[in-house]
Amino acid sequence: MRKLALSDEILLTIEKPARYIGNEVNMIVKDPKQVDIRFVMCFPDVYEIGMSHLGIQILYDMYNSREDIYCERVYSPWTDLDRIMREQNIPLFAIESQDPIKEFDFLGITLQYEMCYTNVLQILDLSQIPLLAKDRTEDDPIVIGGGPCTYNPEPLADFFDLFYIGEGEISNMELMDLYKANKAAGGSRLDFLKAAAKLSCIYVPRFYDVTYHADGTIASFEPNTEGVSPTVKKDVVMDVSHTYYPKKPLVPFIQATQDRVVLEIQRGCIRGCRFCQAGQVYKPVRERSLEFLKEAAVSMLDSTGHDEISLSSLSSSDYSKLPELIDFLIDHCGSKRVNISLPSLRIDAFSLDVMKKVQDVKKSSLTFAPEAGSQRLRNVINKGLTEESILNGAAMAFHGGWNRVKLYFMLGLPTETPEDEEGIALLAEKIAMLYYDEIPKEQRQGKVQVTASASFFIPKPFTALQWAPMYTCEEYDRRAHFVNDKFKEQLNKKSLKFQWHNADVSVLEGILARGDRRVGATILSAYRKGCIYDAWSESFCYDKWQEAMAETGVNEEFYNLRTRDLDEIFPWDFIDTGVTKEYLKREWKRALEEKVTPNCRQACANCGVKVFGGGVCFEGQN
Amino acid sequence: MKVRIKFAKRGSMKFVGHLDIMRYFQKAIRRADIDVAYSEGFSPHQLLSFASPLGVGIESEGELFDMTLAGRQEPAWIKDALNAQMNPEMEILEVWELPEDAKKSMSLVSAADYRIGFRDGYAPDVDLAETIAAFYAQPEIKVIKKTKSSEKEVDIKPMIYALSADADHKIYLKAAAGSVENLKPELVMEAYFTFLGIPFSPFACCITRLQLYLDE
Ligand code: SF4
Repeated sequence: MRKLALSDEILLTIEKPARYIGNEVNMIVKDPKQVDIRFVMCFPDVYEIGMSHLGIQILYDMYNSREDIYCERVYSPWTDLDRIMREQNIPLFAIESQDPIKEFDFLGITLQYEMCYTNVLQILDLSQIPLLAKDRTEDDPIVIGGGPCTYNPEPLADFFDLFYIGEGEISNMELMDLYKANKAAGGSRLDFLKAAAKLSCIYVPRFYDVTYHADGTIASFEPNTEGVSPTVKKDVVMDVSHTYYPKKPLVPFIQATQDRVVLEIQRGCIRGCRFCQAGQVYKPVRERSLEFLKEAAVSMLDSTGHDEISLSSLSSSDYSKLPELIDFLIDHCGSKRVNISLPSLRIDAFSLDVMKKVQDVKKSSLTFAPEAGSQRLRNVINKGLTEESILNGAAMAFHGGWNRVKLYFMLGLPTETPEDEEGIALLAEKIAMLYYDEIPKEQRQGKVQVTASASFFIPKPFTALQWAPMYTCEEYDRRAHFVNDKFKEQLNKKSLKFQWHNADVSVLEGILARGDRRVGATILSAYRKGCIYDAWSESFCYDKWQEAMAETGVNEEFYNLRTRDLDEIFPWDFIDTGVTKEYLKREWKRALEEKVTPNCRQACANCGVKVFGGGVCFEGQN
Repeated sequence: MKVRIKFAKRGSMKFVGHLDIMRYFQKAIRRADIDVAYSEGFSPHQLLSFASPLGVGIESEGELFDMTLAGRQEPAWIKDALNAQMNPEMEILEVWELPEDAKKSMSLVSAADYRIGFRDGYAPDVDLAETIAAFYAQPEIKVIKKTKSSEKEVDIKPMIYALSADADHKIYLKAAAGSVENLKPELVMEAYFTFLGIPFSPFACCITRLQLYLDE
């Protein structure tokens, strides 16, 4: 029998013990004694969520392709096990070998959303690794952060030894070689960090000092160590058709959130929505070749036995060979009874035709993301979707048999007025009316259902709206209720539904997203008060966070409520994503002027990422 | 073509629940390229039928499920193909063909054999063979059965078909199983500990289901 870190008694007391036992299909088994480097990859949320993440699968595959490295996994223990591990002083362990993480060389943590920050501390704490990087000794693992949140790593600067900025496929191997070389030469932890800092994508927080103006903004952000570069450049894979892709993804026993094969068809997005961080930091758009995708799809379906495949990208409709790819999948999957799921498709004649072939129309709904209720405000955020195209798409879909529509909006966008807010209800009403106008009574399959959901806008680093203010909880609630009241005034109100997110979570996310190093103390204090799983509404406790903010002198006025000056130094300015601050400033100005900027395929806006020498910026030029 | 499949679930696999085991097999069957038959409709599913769910925490040497195939594949081939997909703690023990009109194993299960051992530190300090014999010799074995709405006393003795202990500190139990009457081995052990006057811990026993009996 496999040796397990937890006793039967514990495993039989907690929920879903299969989260912790490993042994999943396609798990990599190596003898830890036969490798030079033990790496554990962490997704700081519950297993079912972490197991659904493609990035980890790619890195798991990549590290394990080397014989001298054994890469294992760990996820956040759920609150029931968390309690037991603390009571009984059980060190957190990796799933594969079930060995304590504190014995590893590296702990790599992917940072996918801000609300997992206290879970990062939980992982370190349960692993019995000092929470602060400065307290770690030669015996502790090197703690690396990666993923989208590292585009502003500053709130977590105290807790990580280093951050890897950008796409992991490029320099991780070199980083591992540096580690081995340092170890062989008898070098210390500090020696390794110095060597690592020489890689252009590596940020070692302790090698930088920050000073502040009296008003709290940053006065200077500079290296304090010889040979450390003042800027850190994101890594980007330019040839996405000749790179690591997991041929045999892991298949968990318990149902993961993504219980399917995920095929990432391209990276980046041409659209340039001004609120979207992913759209900016993953520039330029790089498409994977059809051949690469066909092969990856077939091998992943064969090796997992999944009965569903999903295309993944920020905007799948923009993939230039989409029709060919879908034809191939329908052909290949149909015979094997594999379902195809196509999220993030723009609704038009083509996508409706495809959806009809691959989905059960009765069970599926149409999704539109207008993001704002009026054309004026959509111009501010550069969301190209017009009311006309939504109504056209909806009309076609209603004739095709659909009668459920989902709409996604943001509230609290810069320059938003009550008219823009009311526009949300009016648009939903127009869609409902359209259904009754278009579809004769005898053909209707029940009522039309239009569900509009609103989240509160959170300005993110490296977006055109990074200068924009947020609002208070009370103001968000007021706006949401105002929209809700407008929904109740509509003629078809029985066919309409409006729902919105919790405002306090958004306020906190705002502080963490644009926070600086001083916010680290707040995260630590909130964790000490018992905050974990903040992304889960059942465990989120805003009161504790408010206490933590008060104690550490972090306030909403400074981090959220003010409009930032154009020449303010941001905590994340030292990162070079290729997209220039000049371009973002231009876009911020155009936003306030309500001017739309064309997408990369219509006209290049000179954002700066041409420096990478490929992708959409050079399409049709060779 | 219909086949019946007997498999073992050992070691840490005891922590994987019944529904997850079903999903595990669905995927293994696809990977093994078995020509399984599917139901009709927009979201077709494989025609599989599991005999009797096994509780989390219990190992087994004799689980059963039935599978309908669309074409013909030899049972021996199916066994090897599926075994190639199993992890080291799951094993396909036997595959045999069923007549086309065979009833589902689920509806046929009538009894099961269990082997019950004790986790370290939990074995009662008594002569096992003697006390088990005395316990089983009682005319009635009354336990409190709790349902959502009520608690009632029932006599489980008629559902115990055999009970003994060997020199190896293992207890062997044959008890009613299936949809008509089903006796959980934990319940028998709880009654035994009560009989001994020793408090019962749900973690005291490690249980293995050895075999399912079908009424054919
Ligand atoms: S340089 Fe031009 S084409 Fe390339 S990503 Fe930027 S805006 Fe798009």
